[in-house]
Amino acid sequence: MSDLNAQMVEKYRNSFLKEVEANVEEGEWVKMCMQCGVCSGSCPLGPYWEHPPQEIFMMIRAGKREEVLKSESMWMCTSCYNCIVRCPRGLPITHIMHGLAHYAERLGLAPKQNPTRRFALMFWDNIAKHGRVNETVLSIKLYFMDGFSAGIKRALEMLPVGLGMLKAKRFNPWGLFFHKGCKGKRDIQKILAKAREIELAKAAKFGG
Amino acid sequence: MSEPVATNQTILVVGGGISGMTAALEAAECGKQVILVEKNPSVGGRITQLYKYFPKMCFPACGLEINLRRLKANRNIRLLTMAEVTRLEGEPGDYTATIRIRPRYVNENCTACGACAEAVEAEFDDEFHFGLKKRKGAYLPFIMAYPQRYVLDPRIIGTEDAERAKAACKYDAIDLDMQEQTVELKVGAVVWATGWKPYDAARIQPYGYDRFRNVITSVELERIMDPNGPTGGRLVRPSDGKEAKNIAFIQCAGSRDRNHLKHCSRICCMASLKQATYLREKFGDEGRATIYYIDIRAIDRIEDFYARVKADPNVSFIKSKVASITEDEKTGDVILHGVDTEGYHRYSNRHDLCVLAIGMEPSVPAGEFPIELVVDDNGFIQSDPANGAIFAAGCAEDALDVNRAVQSGTAAALKAIQVVNRVAGTEG
Repeated sequence: MSDLNAQMVEKYRNSFLKEVEANVEEGEWVKMCMQCGVCSGSCPLGPYWEHPPQEIFMMIRAGKREEVLKSESMWMCTSCYNCIVRCPRGLPITHIMHGLAHYAERLGLAPKQNPTRRFALMFWDNIAKHGRVNETVLSIKLYFMDGFSAGIKRALEMLPVGLGMLKAKRFNPWGLFFHKGCKGKRDIQKILAKAREIELAKAAKFGG
Repeated sequence: MSEPVATNQTILVVGGGISGMTAALEAAECGKQVILVEKNPSVGGRITQLYKYFPKMCFPACGLEINLRRLKANRNIRLLTMAEVTRLEGEPGDYTATIRIRPRYVNENCTACGACAEAVEAEFDDEFHFGLKKRKGAYLPFIMAYPQRYVLDPRIIGTEDAERAKAACKYDAIDLDMQEQTVELKVGAVVWATGWKPYDAARIQPYGYDRFRNVITSVELERIMDPNGPTGGRLVRPSDGKEAKNIAFIQCAGSRDRNHLKHCSRICCMASLKQATYLREKFGDEGRATIYYIDIRAIDRIEDFYARVKADPNVSFIKSKVASITEDEKTGDVILHGVDTEGYHRYSNRHDLCVLAIGMEPSVPAGEFPIELVVDDNGFIQSDPANGAIFAAGCAEDALDVNRAVQSGTAAALKAIQVVNRVAGTEG
């Protein structure tokens, strides 16, 4: 690449794009998007996104840091992988969406009341604590996420399903009191703490 | 046909489409001996299947006529139809080509009177019309076929139909004992002009080419427009024969896509712009074309054609790669879903017919050439010293429009001429 070319490329790679490339999982792919829109059109939740994926990519390239990171959009992704399958340039869109959501959370910019975010945190605490998910505790916490009465209501709604699962031995009520976890959970926690430390140090460079 | 005599000053041209024909004619008109090998029963290739050319909107039959006249008039060209090169070995100035010639079952006595076709009962999908209509087991490939001689489908050989065809022929032109032949030829240089084929549209799963009758490819639309075609030139859709007054064109169907063909097929934007004008031609103000595109690549000097089509208020452009197509089962209409990236509007648009501007891929897949050739990632033959005196022409070299294919054919002829001149010692 000639010097002039390199300079122009540098000019268009604004600081937010660089930040995304450095910190977001698969973020280096963002510059590859050619704005064809097939991802947004293919997303089963597409109509509910404020900014569908190809718009998010454009916003990143336009340097709209706050709007992107505070957005609820990437929290809408359900990992169906339709977009990845169809993307003509092979962008790992699902991973980028999760990467962005994760990065926004790390910076404390993610929308606090977003239900996907709240569930993700719940899930993370649950699995990080024991090295293995306690499904009983997780589902009960999820039901009571919006308060006691909403939880009771939701539990009653789901009662037939729960009983069915109980019969089929897919639901273990004892999990509420006993959960074995995995071997060496201390070590897992140490690994996770170290990983978090590294991530935060990286993000700090960008004034997170 | 007498066996052609060839020497190492002969040029072998593989493929009798527009680029191969051009290369063969240019070389032959320079006084070189040329052997032109064509896989199909007739020369002409893919241009014969087009209704009109862009940007002048003239008929390919016209240019084909001129080329056929040149071909008939030239004593330096030996034409082998229904022939394929199965082996090729040697070095520049000294190649040996093995050519397999399939039996036509019809000899030179044929006057193309058509009596055999009338007598035969069996029908098969007509390849020339992409299976949109049927043809008889004895057939003329298409109206301007050269040689103007009928062919018997090998599937009727050994049946009563074959005997019926033989009995119907007044000129003793049908020879049911014709066998496959293999000939070996010495040649000095080779022009490889095997052309392209449309990408398999059924592989683009979300567009449902294999599920919805009213999703067709751009090459099929060309056949539908042909007055000799499956619909007699009426622009109607396959499901119910209703006039297709509202047509959607989807660009980059199979091209510029890592899941399909990575390259830009280069002709499809112009092809769709051209086909958008067919609507006005057939329906005047009632025709509506909608072109769904990523970006329009109307290459250089034909940009003004794009500007002209764009000025038509009945042609609209939506910047979007269509995500999926569904079918309204009651009406047979197709519904296109996606997001218009200019303003990020979500749409579900209903059309009578959807045309996929299908991508071009090389006819011969990489690795299946009779000799090792240097090709690029997309299977197009590269200009590389390692290829010796084998020169690609037309769409074997790259995705090209007709104009560029002719240029490429001429260029390949010139390269081949230089090689045989060196062999003859007339050039250093």
